[in-house]
Amino acid sequence: MAEPVLTIRELEKSFGALKATDGVSIDLMPGEIHALIGPNGAGKSTLIHQVSGSIKPDRGTIHFLGQDMAGLDVAARARFGLARSFQTSSLAQEFSALRNVMLAVQAKQGSSLRVFRPVMRDRSLIEPALAILERVGLAGRAHVPAAELSHGERRQLEIAIALALEPKAFLLDEPMAGMGPEGSKVLTGFLDDLRHEAPILLVEHDMDAVFALADRISVLVYGRIIASGTVEEIRNDPEVRRAYLGDAA
Amino acid sequence: MKATGAREIIANATIALLLLAVPLAASAMGEPFYVTLATRITILALAAAGLNIALGLGGLVSFGHAAFFGLGGYAAGIMAAHAFNAEPFFLGLDSTTSMPVIWLVAIVTCGLVALPIGAISLRTSGVYFIMITLAFAQMIYYFANSWPAYGGQDGLPIFIRNTFPGVNTAQPLPFFLLCYAALLLALLMFWSLRNSRFGAALQAARQNSVRVSAVGIAPFNVRLVAFVISAMVTGLAGALFADLNRFVSPSMLSWHMSGELIVLIVLGGIGRLFGPVAGAMLFVLLEHFLGGVTERWQLFLGLILLGVVLFARGGLLGMIAGKARHG
Repeated sequence: MAEPVLTIRELEKSFGALKATDGVSIDLMPGEIHALIGPNGAGKSTLIHQVSGSIKPDRGTIHFLGQDMAGLDVAARARFGLARSFQTSSLAQEFSALRNVMLAVQAKQGSSLRVFRPVMRDRSLIEPALAILERVGLAGRAHVPAAELSHGERRQLEIAIALALEPKAFLLDEPMAGMGPEGSKVLTGFLDDLRHEAPILLVEHDMDAVFALADRISVLVYGRIIASGTVEEIRNDPEVRRAYLGDAA
Repeated sequence: MKATGAREIIANATIALLLLAVPLAASAMGEPFYVTLATRITILALAAAGLNIALGLGGLVSFGHAAFFGLGGYAAGIMAAHAFNAEPFFLGLDSTTSMPVIWLVAIVTCGLVALPIGAISLRTSGVYFIMITLAFAQMIYYFANSWPAYGGQDGLPIFIRNTFPGVNTAQPLPFFLLCYAALLLALLMFWSLRNSRFGAALQAARQNSVRVSAVGIAPFNVRLVAFVISAMVTGLAGALFADLNRFVSPSMLSWHMSGELIVLIVLGGIGRLFGPVAGAMLFVLLEHFLGGVTERWQLFLGLILLGVVLFARGGLLGMIAGKARHG
C-alpha cells in the first residue's frame, strides 16, 4: 500500500474551554480527494489552519511527505509543497490576475530577492502564469485587477495561484463557496482531474460536489471525527445523518 | 491605463528638467541662493525617495527615518571634524574629507543600524510599528543630544564642505549637480526595485501578507531588506544635507524630521516614482515663499495636507497623472 502524503495524528487545539480540534487523525493518500465535511463551527477551518501552519496545535503531529511540520511556518510549508486556497478569497487586490499568478510562479522559482529585471518583461514568469490562467478559464481577464474580478473569478484565481505552486498536496477550503450551480459544476470537473496532479484535502459544504468528487469522506463534529469512509459508507451512516446530513443524503 | 502611464512619464520628465534647469539658470544669472534652494529640494527628495521604498512600496509607515537621515549627517560631520583637527577617525583609521568615502560610511552605518531596528520593529505592524520606529529614532536623538564629544545639543559645524574628486564642492552649482546625480541614481534604483521580483513580493506583502506567506514567500524577510535599503538611501541624503548646511545637529534626528519625510511623500504621491520629488518641491517652495510672509506658514502646509488626504490620495502626481496601475 502506498505511503500517505499527509498524516495527521491525534491533533488537539483548544481556544479557552472550546475544543476546536479534539484528537483528529486523518491521512491523505496519493491521488485521492479526501473531503472534510461537518456543520458550521465543527472546526474544519481550524484544522486547515493547523495543517497550513497559521495556527499551532496544542498536541499531536502533522507529517507531510515524511517530514514533521512542527516548527515550520506558513511560508516554509508552502515551499515544501503544501498549497492552500482560502475560504474567502485572499489576493493581492491591486495586482492584476496575471500578476497574482506570477507572484506564485516566482515564489516557486525561489527568486524573490532579485532586484533588477522587470517582471513584466520576464517571460519565465509571464508564460507559465498565462498558461495557468488559460487552464482555469481566466485568460481573458488576465490584466484585470483582482479587486475588479467577480466573486466566481476570484475563486478561480485562488485555484490558479495554488496550481502555479505545483504543490505536492492541495488544501482547498470551500472552493465552491458562493460559486452558483453552473460555476460549481465546472469547478467540480476541474478538481476531478486535479487529483491526479496532487491529492486534495477538500473542505466543502456543497454536498453534490463532495459526493461526486470524494474518494473518502471524514465527518467532523465538535472538533471530533465521528465517521470516516467512502461516499456510500458516509451516506448510510446513521450517526452522520443525524448529526449533519439530515435529509440531504 | 496606457494614457495615465504616459501622463506620469511626461510629468516626471517635466519635474526632473525643472529641478535641473532652474538652478542652472539661477547660477548663470548670479543668483546662488536659488541654487541652494534647489539643492535643499533635491536632498529632501532623496531622503524621501529612500523612505518611499519602505512606505510607498512596502506600506511600512516608519516614523523613525530621521534616525538614518541624522546618522548620515553625523557621519559626514564627525569625519569632517576629525579631518579638520588632523586626527585619526576611528580605530586609528585616517579621517577624510572625501565625499565618496563619507557617503560609503554613512550608507553602511545606516544599513547596520537599520538591520536590528527593522528586525525588531517588523515583528509588529500598524500603529505599533509606527511607535517602535519612533522610539528607536528618539533613543538615537537623545544619545546625540547628550554626547558632548560631538557638540551635544549644540550640534557640530563642518567648517569646510567635504570634497569630491574633480568637483569644486564649495561652489553651489557643482554641489547641486552632485546631489542631483545622487537623486537620479536613487530614483533609478527605486524604479528597478519596484518592477523587479523583489518589488512584486514587497508590494504584494503590502496588499495582503497572508497571500504572500501562502505562496511560500516570508513577508518578514522581504520587508527587512526593503527597510534596510530604504534606510541606506535616507542616510546618504543625510550626509549631503550636513554638507549643504555645513552643520549637523540633533534636530536632523528628531521626530519632526521623520514626520516631514512622511509629509513630503504624502504630498507628492505615495509609492510614485517622482512623488518624493514633487513633494519636496512643494514643501520647500511653500516654506520659502509663505515662510517669507508669515512664520505660521505651516498652517497653510497643514491645510494643503488636509486637502490632499481628503480629496487627492494620489498626491500631486495622482492629480496630474491619475491613479497608479500595476501591469
